[in-house]
Amino acid sequence: MTAIVIIGAGECGVRAAFALREQGFDGNVTLIGAETPLPYERPPLSKYLTAAAKPIRPEDAYAEKAIDLRLGTRVSRLDPASRSVALDDGETLTYDKLLLATGARARLFAGMEGCLTLRSDRDAAAIHTRLKPGARIGIIGGGFIGLELAATARKAGAEVTVIEAGPRLLGRAVPEEIAAVVRDRHAVEGIRLLIGAGVTMADARKITLTDGQVLDFDMVIAGVGALPDTALAEAAGLAVDNGVVVDRDFRATDPHVFAAGDCCNFAWHDARVRLESWKAAQDQGAHVAASMLGRAEPYAKVPWFWSDQYDLTLQVAGLFDMALPVRSRETGDETRLVFQCNAAGHLAAAAGIGPGNTIAKDLRILEKLIERAAIVDPDVLADPSQNLKRQLKAA
Amino acid sequence: MADWIDACAATDIDEEDVIRFDHGKRTFVIIRDHEDNYYCTDGLCTHEEIHLADGLVVENTIECPKHASIFNAETGEVDTPPACENLHTYPTKVEGGRVFVEI
Ligand SMILES: Cc1cc2nc3c(=O)[nH]c(=O)nc-3n(C[C@H](O)[C@H](O)[C@H](O)COP(=O)(O)OP(=O)(O)OC[C@H]3O[C@@H](n4cnc5c(N)ncnc54)[C@H](O)[C@@H]3O)c2cc1C
Ligand code: FES
Repeated sequence: MTAIVIIGAGECGVRAAFALREQGFDGNVTLIGAETPLPYERPPLSKYLTAAAKPIRPEDAYAEKAIDLRLGTRVSRLDPASRSVALDDGETLTYDKLLLATGARARLFAGMEGCLTLRSDRDAAAIHTRLKPGARIGIIGGGFIGLELAATARKAGAEVTVIEAGPRLLGRAVPEEIAAVVRDRHAVEGIRLLIGAGVTMADARKITLTDGQVLDFDMVIAGVGALPDTALAEAAGLAVDNGVVVDRDFRATDPHVFAAGDCCNFAWHDARVRLESWKAAQDQGAHVAASMLGRAEPYAKVPWFWSDQYDLTLQVAGLFDMALPVRSRETGDETRLVFQCNAAGHLAAAAGIGPGNTIAKDLRILEKLIERAAIVDPDVLADPSQNLKRQLKAA
Repeated sequence: MADWIDACAATDIDEEDVIRFDHGKRTFVIIRDHEDNYYCTDGLCTHEEIHLADGLVVENTIECPKHASIFNAETGEVDTPPACENLHTYPTKVEGGRVFVEI
């Protein structure tokens, strides 16, 4: 019987384990996770003051699908030569195929080591209990996690300051037109935004800015990005370059080792990318399961991300080139929808923001146009009187 | 006892589209697929109780607008997670240009 071992019981590892069964694999599936709770969803941690993390799958689903779930267990070593992994409880497991789904961990810059970060349910519990009315909360980083947390803290009545070193919020993720909506909303909600303000030093109570100002807080949280968890791969001699380097089948530089989710660096169109996206982690989990069974089709899923702040939902499909211009589709006062075509005339990326799910359908159609590498007329997409679904049917 | 309820005109729903249908205290969606079949399912996604009526219909599937779970409109089955629970489905019939649902 063949044995597949999955390291990391996050969104990607869990999806891969179930996908193996859905695709008919009846060998051993072992899913090893360093965290102790039943695998849970991370996105709610910054969006809601949750009492308990929401499990990805109910507990009995694992046994039902004969998935050997080992929680609170860390893999300490990977040895591709003997096709084995060593667990921190002393056990050694051999594998026919191995999946690295180790995800990413919160990054901290030098001088910020004392700040809190948000990646796990434990981090969330430590932060949430202190989001009280009047609490002074300092957030370093105007990216998604920092801004979602700012909204959540504000809803809890805290006094929130967000410090962003770049010239605007969400600089790496979405075009300016969308980031401006986010900025205006946070300002209206009473968040103090310090944009273009560098941090020289910070700890759990204090932030020192590059201009010398010292700000005092009851809690300081850094949301300055995440680093892929590649320690095992590196020690095993696999290629690592901002993530475990994988080919189009999500195979690492050893034929029996695969990597997917936040920890991997893969080819999408002409670029090498590493995503931090919940949907991508799931899509890649399902895809790599097929790869491990030798049945993968080319990976065509478009990078897709969403964020919730207050009643606003933002969605992004594809990857924007921030150096290139974007076009807008005039969708009304409350919503914004922008898109970008590449030099070949293909729709390359789209992003929208609005209350609730107002932009969801349009964005999903644009995502499908991106997936089909459709040649589009930007003037047609920009014109709100043109039905987008008709464009999809024509593509 | 389930009853046949007159829900809407067949032409109230575009081809490959969906409308929300509220009845009593419950909310449903009525979906018209690419071949003019009409389906009725629960109106809320089983992942986070989001109204599916804002989602995209492709052939006989509906995608949740929030996190893109895909359900088969005919059977209610999850085609793509994150949702892991199927939707309930309810019988439909089209008579005299009206869509009736048995709920
Ligand atoms: C607060 C927060 C909010 C987010 N919001 C959104 C959002 O709104 N939209 C969105 O698209 N994405 C969001 N994300 C990102 C999304 O959660 C991630 O992209 C996704 O979780 C990645 O899944 P993964 O399985 O690759 O990695 P992870 O979920 O990080 O799981 C990896 C697991 O592997 C374990 N592991 C690592 N090394 C070992 C080892 N040696 N042995 C055993 N186990 C190991 C880790 O402990 C971890 O449990 C958010 C993330 C956070 C933290
Ligand atoms: S609410 Fe429908 S997929 Fe999450």
